[in-house]
Amino acid sequence: MSESRAVLEGPDIHRALTRIAHEILERTKGADEVVLLGIPTRGAPLARRLGDRIEEFEGVKIPVGSIDITMYRDDLRLKPARPLGRTELPADGIDGKIVVLVDDVLYSGRTVRAALDALNDLGRPTAVQLATLVDRGHRELPIRADYVGKNLPTAKSEKVRVFLRETDGRDAVILMKGGAE
Amino acid sequence: MNRHLISAGDLSKDDALLILDTAEELARVSERSIKKLPTLRGRTVVNLFFEDSTRTRISFEAAAKRLSADVINFSAKGSSVSKGESLKDTALTLEAMGADAVVIRHGSSGAPHRLANWVHGSVVNAGDGTHEHPTQALLDAFSMRRRLGALDGRKVTIVGDVLHSRVARSNVLLLHTLGAEVTLVAPPTLLPVSVHTWPCEVSYDLDTVLAKSDVVMMLRVQKERMNAAYFPSEREYSRRYGLDRARFAKMPDDAIVMHPGPMNRGMEIAAEVADSSRSTIVEQVANGVTIRMAVLYLLLGGETA
Repeated sequence: MSESRAVLEGPDIHRALTRIAHEILERTKGADEVVLLGIPTRGAPLARRLGDRIEEFEGVKIPVGSIDITMYRDDLRLKPARPLGRTELPADGIDGKIVVLVDDVLYSGRTVRAALDALNDLGRPTAVQLATLVDRGHRELPIRADYVGKNLPTAKSEKVRVFLRETDGRDAVILMKGGAE
Repeated sequence: MNRHLISAGDLSKDDALLILDTAEELARVSERSIKKLPTLRGRTVVNLFFEDSTRTRISFEAAAKRLSADVINFSAKGSSVSKGESLKDTALTLEAMGADAVVIRHGSSGAPHRLANWVHGSVVNAGDGTHEHPTQALLDAFSMRRRLGALDGRKVTIVGDVLHSRVARSNVLLLHTLGAEVTLVAPPTLLPVSVHTWPCEVSYDLDTVLAKSDVVMMLRVQKERMNAAYFPSEREYSRRYGLDRARFAKMPDDAIVMHPGPMNRGMEIAAEVADSSRSTIVEQVANGVTIRMAVLYLLLGGETA
């Protein structure tokens, strides 16, 4: 077993999400037109937490949903067919809204590209922004995040795993050294 | 999962649940304005139909097109088959055209199984002789699950011409895998000799079974095959094995009525039963496209062997 260490613990994740919520409110001038869409698996609970946080601060209820990107992936043919996640749009849809995509880790950017394609089939937002809990670098496409919980310099051989209460029973971001599975 | 879908009996419980769960997510695609996914771009699906079956063929065609696959329809009438080409030569022709999947409907039981040995792509059985029709069983299970929830311990009654029905056999196998309890009801002449080896109960009395059923599935009386006096008259069959209003009233209040179509109204099912809110007959058609999308995605969406 190779070494691994926690780069974010529960309270750090809480603080990072609080800051992102404030930044979204600031950048979108009160978040009136904002729709939060989490990318399954772990983006979906993160989007719900951000929605709760924004409601707490400003008293406005932000529509929250999820957008599964499995069918839009560019690496489908490299692995056996995978199970699908859930796509759940708010009742009012996304036309004319500011969509903030929410994911746990931003890495190659390919997931976000797939999400942009998926969005294209679902409606026409006025703008699309990206929030991520961890940005670990090594982009393979011209994509950047608008809101970042933590910039985490990593080697390509390392792995970043995010654990969330809703899906894993605890909150943590773990960096695993090269070769760890 | 297997590379082919030939028999509902080949599916493990995990496989079957994966297909149903995938279909559950894909059902949402049918509700949006752009009903198309790019997943199977560049893949070719051949519909190879040796028997006429418009509804099954267009269902597979719609499913493949919604996943952006290219579809080639090959029907036996007016093709090289009517000129005497063998199944194997037809298969090699399709192979040369680069078919990634072949959806086959054939009058002979076992034809899809033979075909699977000759082509590199996936083979999906869309009905072979009196043998199996696994995607019909999957869409039936999907329709039941959407109405009733999990199928464990549910009591399903299948009524009618089991002898000639590939739907019945596939349903018995799949529903058994999913944990449901199946009872077949039919005149003794319309049950296969080997029915005692199937994982289900058999009854000849519809009225006693009805009261305990969560699902009642009526099979079509296949008039084109009724050439050997299996029952004395249509009227007598309808009296003993038809689902009329009086029998419908004896079913539990939340039980549902299914029929794979096309139905003979007034024969195996009364019109008002077929049109009631507890009948899933129209849903079954929509669910057919969805379940076939799930099957094609799971067979073709990943890496190719």
